[in-house]
Amino acid sequence: MTEKVRDVISRNVWKENQVLRMILGICSSLAVTNLMVNSLVMGLGLTFVTALSSLTISLLRNAIPHRVRMIVQTLIIAAYVILVDIFLKANMTDISKALGPYVGLIITNCIIMGRAEAYAQKNPPLLSMLDGFFAGIGYTIVLLIIALFREFLGFGTIFGFNVNFIGFETWTIMVMPPAAFFLIGILIWITSNMFAKGKASKAK
Amino acid sequence: MTITVSPLIIFLASILTSNMILSNFLGMCSYISISGEYKTASSLGKSVTLVMVFTTIINYWVNKLLIVPLGLEYLQYILFIMIIAASVQIIEMAMDRLLPDLHVKLGIFLPLITVNCAILGTTLFMVIRDYSFIQSVLFGLGSGIGWWLAISALAAIREKMGKAKLPKGLEGPGIAFIITGIMALAFIGFSGIFSIT
Repeated sequence: MTEKVRDVISRNVWKENQVLRMILGICSSLAVTNLMVNSLVMGLGLTFVTALSSLTISLLRNAIPHRVRMIVQTLIIAAYVILVDIFLKANMTDISKALGPYVGLIITNCIIMGRAEAYAQKNPPLLSMLDGFFAGIGYTIVLLIIALFREFLGFGTIFGFNVNFIGFETWTIMVMPPAAFFLIGILIWITSNMFAKGKASKAK
Repeated sequence: MTITVSPLIIFLASILTSNMILSNFLGMCSYISISGEYKTASSLGKSVTLVMVFTTIINYWVNKLLIVPLGLEYLQYILFIMIIAASVQIIEMAMDRLLPDLHVKLGIFLPLITVNCAILGTTLFMVIRDYSFIQSVLFGLGSGIGWWLAISALAAIREKMGKAKLPKGLEGPGIAFIITGIMALAFIGFSGIFSIT
């Protein structure tokens, strides 16, 4: 049951978007979305880890004994996360500080484990890598959407550039935790409405 | 961090002002998916608290006696996650022997806790903030209780809301996030009392 590449892309980015449809990987997606730069780095880091750990797990899928697979997968993921962490510490010290423990927490991000369990276990390496890659891209897009609203309304900036031309009062609440919960709730609402409509029009 | 914060303040702050879920967003996956029923949510909260205290104690000593003296900081994540996985196993086995009733109740949740970000998060916060032993234990306990409080509150609210009519797309996780947002707003009210960052 090999899928076409196009299906892999549309499934991971939209139809089964990990954050909005599967409700996975929420922890980090809320914590880092107060600035767009942080979200972009976080998203790319996660994409990197998901793609490569899916590839590795898929390559080893026949060699890993079934009963210890969880711990093996966790170790593989942890190894890649350490790479990301060291890279960020060396090249982007500020962002690495701002992200704090959330880089290390990529290890326990359910998206990676979910992709490994649900896909890389049963599929060939290259396809698994693509699957992981686009799952990460879907995640990054959602992060950027949330961060766009939070940064624009909270600081009046986008990617650090001032775009507050009208000079409106910035909403402190947007950079605080509650706004993240409201925004993701609303995004989930919008997407599930869109899917409900799509289904209804197909039924006709 | 040079200023030492009183352990008691850390304990209270980690429950109220720096709540693991409501202000650090940790442990969301199980928080959203297992909050449909008050009883199960509460038992999950208890087991998370137990595991959290246990792992902060072990990870504190591992960090102090093994990682720092040997300069193994780059292996931190791997060691921590392995210790968490192992201690969950040990707690499960010990519970099976000593408290079989409790094990039947909590058993299904224990393996899930390994991948709960709140546990690893607590350990990482402890290391980054450079807590002393007593501070770490109370931080772990407080974070666990805070997590328990938040998931029980959400589950109780969702149970009451079972009868309410909601817009279709908002059912399930959507409304859970909105409720959590309102809860987080309420918890901001505590923010003047103590603060740890």
